[in-house]
Amino acid sequence: MKQEWPLYEVFIRSRSGLSHRHAGSVHAADDEMALTNARDTYTRRKEGVSIWVVRSDKIVASDPEESSAFFEPAEDKIYRHPTFYEIPDEVENL
Amino acid sequence: MYTQGLDQAGKSDPAKPGPETREQLDAFQTRIDAEEKIEAKDWMPEAYRRTLVRQISQHAHSEIIGMQPEGNWLTRAPSLKRKAILLAKVQDEAGHGLYLYSAAETLGVSRDQMVADLLSGKAKYSSIFNYPTLSWADIGAIGWLVDGAAIMNQIPLCRCSYGPYSRAMIRVCKEESFHQRQGYEIMLTLCGGTAEQKAMAQDALNRFWWPSLMMFGPNDANSTHSAQSMAWKIKRFSNDELRQKFIDVTVPQAEFLGLTVPDDELRYNEETEHYEHSDIDWQEFFDVIAGNGPCNKQRMEKRRKAQDDGAWVREAARVYAEKKAAASAAA
Repeated sequence: MKQEWPLYEVFIRSRSGLSHRHAGSVHAADDEMALTNARDTYTRRKEGVSIWVVRSDKIVASDPEESSAFFEPAEDKIYRHPTFYEIPDEVENL
Repeated sequence: MYTQGLDQAGKSDPAKPGPETREQLDAFQTRIDAEEKIEAKDWMPEAYRRTLVRQISQHAHSEIIGMQPEGNWLTRAPSLKRKAILLAKVQDEAGHGLYLYSAAETLGVSRDQMVADLLSGKAKYSSIFNYPTLSWADIGAIGWLVDGAAIMNQIPLCRCSYGPYSRAMIRVCKEESFHQRQGYEIMLTLCGGTAEQKAMAQDALNRFWWPSLMMFGPNDANSTHSAQSMAWKIKRFSNDELRQKFIDVTVPQAEFLGLTVPDDELRYNEETEHYEHSDIDWQEFFDVIAGNGPCNKQRMEKRRKAQDDGAWVREAARVYAEKKAAASAAA
């Protein structure tokens, strides 16, 4: 069987001021085709002002199976949240 | 555009237990019951994965094959405006197919494998696309009824437990309303035209009414895979519930057009506040699914030809990209 075109993940900035957001993926022979395929697939109704495409096999992802261990360092640091601190009601602007 | 009923077509039993332990299955069901979304790399039962691969890929195939009956009228649309609209709609169907293929690929099946399964006849697509589009009015009827039925099914799929499928469906649903409205507008225009034009609209309704109702799949009592899909929150409403909803909203739309729904026993029940209808000819549905509808052969031949004719283009683009990459690496 002939080789499949590589898969690219597509990220779209819907308007300036917002960050790029994952939209889906496309197959393409090269980077340039990935951009035009992404445009034709995901922005037929002006859904974007900017597109990023990146080869899916270049993405490094955390493992969901390990997620509790991986995110464990944040588990016990409630003092990072403002509500951890008791401030008397009389004190304003804090 | 697509609806359920494709869950009938699988040969293997998706509910067949996999190698999982009871604890794993229970933990998974707890996540589902808590309305948590399942993402691509999360643990999932094999049967859940299989069910989704089958459903999403067959949904994608339906979008792609669905381009053919409408594409048939692109060169013969009655005005430039209608032609531009129809072209945009057919392009949307291609887009929907691509969103869905990419959602299915997150489950570990390759695009090539899915296409191969379609071309070999192993995978199915929605029965509705095996009916011919004989007149321009059929384009109106398809947008109104077929896309209308698809919307009924796809809106609950936006809440499907599998994240990538649910997100693809949200995207699809945003675009689907245009499809249905342009179809109804074609019907409105024909019904406001000459007696001959109105007769065309009636004829299209006559031919597409029953196949549209069949799109929701067999009656609940005969729907083999429904219970498990409901438990996994892939499916949210039963075939009959969705079909009833569709009939209830569509009959008044037909009345507004001044058209008659081709069912002598159709009547409104004041007590239940639902329309009652006569029995569906399920033999026809199973015949079409089995490959014996009016256009099955033609649809598959055209799809295979497109795949074969495009093979050298895909291969040339791939080799060119490789050469370019090698040249820039050497430079």
